[in-house]
Amino acid sequence: MDENSSARLKRRLTGIVYRIGLFLAMLTICLPGLWIVISSLRPTVEIMAKPPVWIPQEISFDAYVAMFSGIGKGGIPVIEYFRNSLIISVTSTVIAVAIGMAGGYAFARYRFRGKSSVFLGLMLTRTVPGIALSLPLFFLYVRLGIIDTHFGLILAYVALNVPFTIWLIDGFFRQVPKDLAEAAQIDGCTRWQAFWQVEFPLAGPGIASAAIFAFLTCWNEFALASQLTRSVSAKTLPVGLLDYTAEFTIDWRGMCALAVVMIIPALTLTYIVQKHLVGGLTSGAVKG
Amino acid sequence: MATVTLTKLTKRYGNIGIVHGINLDIADREFIALVGPSGCGKSTTLRMIAGLEEISAGSIEIGGRVVNDLPPRSRNISMVFQSYALYPHMTVRENLGFSLKIAGAAKEDMERRVAEASAILGLDTLLDRRPSQLSGGQRQRVAMGRAIVRDPDVFLFDEPLSNLDAKLRTQMRTEIKKLHAKVQSTVIYVTHDQVEAMTLADRIVIMRDGHIEQVGTPDEVFRRPATRFVAGFIGSPPMNLHEATIDDGQMVFASGERLPLPGQFKANVATADKVVFGLRPDDIYPTGHGISSGGAADVHQIELPITVTEPLGNETLVFVEFNGTDWVTRMLNPRPLRPGERVAMSLDMSQAHLFATETGKTLRS
Repeated sequence: MDENSSARLKRRLTGIVYRIGLFLAMLTICLPGLWIVISSLRPTVEIMAKPPVWIPQEISFDAYVAMFSGIGKGGIPVIEYFRNSLIISVTSTVIAVAIGMAGGYAFARYRFRGKSSVFLGLMLTRTVPGIALSLPLFFLYVRLGIIDTHFGLILAYVALNVPFTIWLIDGFFRQVPKDLAEAAQIDGCTRWQAFWQVEFPLAGPGIASAAIFAFLTCWNEFALASQLTRSVSAKTLPVGLLDYTAEFTIDWRGMCALAVVMIIPALTLTYIVQKHLVGGLTSGAVKG
Repeated sequence: MATVTLTKLTKRYGNIGIVHGINLDIADREFIALVGPSGCGKSTTLRMIAGLEEISAGSIEIGGRVVNDLPPRSRNISMVFQSYALYPHMTVRENLGFSLKIAGAAKEDMERRVAEASAILGLDTLLDRRPSQLSGGQRQRVAMGRAIVRDPDVFLFDEPLSNLDAKLRTQMRTEIKKLHAKVQSTVIYVTHDQVEAMTLADRIVIMRDGHIEQVGTPDEVFRRPATRFVAGFIGSPPMNLHEATIDDGQMVFASGERLPLPGQFKANVATADKVVFGLRPDDIYPTGHGISSGGAADVHQIELPITVTEPLGNETLVFVEFNGTDWVTRMLNPRPLRPGERVAMSLDMSQAHLFATETGKTLRS
């Protein structure tokens, strides 16, 4: 009896400790985001105040209004930047996922000469920091005449994302039992049909997560984009943030407002896709 | 409905041979079991027939048509996998109808055939479930249903029962036999379980190291095994096998013990020949407790010490020591026996087998 009640008490206490720990962790993760939102709504004086003002005294949407007011009235070409970001991120994500699917499938299903070295080589490209490539890429792009174009940035982002999508999708295809594709072929499918009817839907969650990661990488990338784009016709949103820096001043409020504008689509997309990320879809296919 | 003919069928991976030029004729509507230990090439053979594995040499004919290079979908076969391989993202109904959907069948036709198959297998109430919501036996049935729906020329089974527990396995075995009686297709059934092969098949193909050791009816492979391997593989508990040397009409074993040469082999061996002597547990029994083998022509009496007994109710497996090892014997109408006790055993030599030590082939003429 005593033993039981003390065990129950201990379990309850551990639960409370876990929750406090979890709350602190979540707070640490969420605070910067929250701070950006708050900062976009209050005057620069309050943002720069020392010690920090935790509770905003006055709230205004001036920064958002100004952002869309056009050049000369404190505005920046945010619609153009948004369009550039969208075109570049979506196109490069689609291409990277398509290549990732083909490559991931090949690594998961086929045996070929040099397979592990090719795979290792792909992974090694991830060890090179993107910023280290920016100068060589800049010279290369100038020569090729693709500097400051959508195409140039799409190309760079595809190259950046492909190793990652291949690696991730490979893992998901490995989890789809080989028997299923064989059963589909016996059921009358061609190799191609078996892939689209059976293997693709089952690896779907993995492909979706690869797509999200690839999209977010492109959407948020700054280092390469700031080197490879110059004009309104090619600059992406992260590069657009620099428009708020003048020679002697930085408009922190405007910058935070643009950051919020950037975060919203990314957040929405992640929210929409995340419900497809349910694992365990293959359970029941084969007896384990 | 079709015949299947394998001619010099060979599979190699690089320099490693898996199947070494096997020949096999399977009649229309016949139930053939390919049986053998793991790695004997039986599954590879089945996968070559299915078209899932390329053949290295030889040919495969289904219904008189050479299908060597045809993809699986053009062979009009269906296959039940050991893992069941049900499509987890589809319901039972969609699983059953998948092949028809791919073939572009009309909706009514599809529904009718799915209904027929599910009626045969008792799946009617499960049609809207997903594979993850089914038990092992139900999944197995769906896998068979998916095979039936296609109305194929040949059914291929790849160890379909090995993932089930013992009780369910016996039950599904009976269902497969009933199913074959109903659908009347040619069946090729791969298993490592000789009991499944014996109970289901019209003919059994025993394979070993990529070669066919023997093809025959269950009765033939049991009563007249062509090789020492078949003798040891078929039958449960397995046949007792001992090496011996022929000496003046007698077999001399390593321990020095002697047994008379079975009459039916006398003409085929000579003194100093090395042989393997085999006798099934059914043909050795404590005197008075055996199966009477019609006339009991050639019974030899010997007294042997008991090591262990395993009572099974209607019979007892009695282990007796002979030639330094245990002999399994079967005692019907059992009476209590104690380990260490010496009992008079009857050896029905008319049922004995003799194989050449070197080749492993039977010495029966």
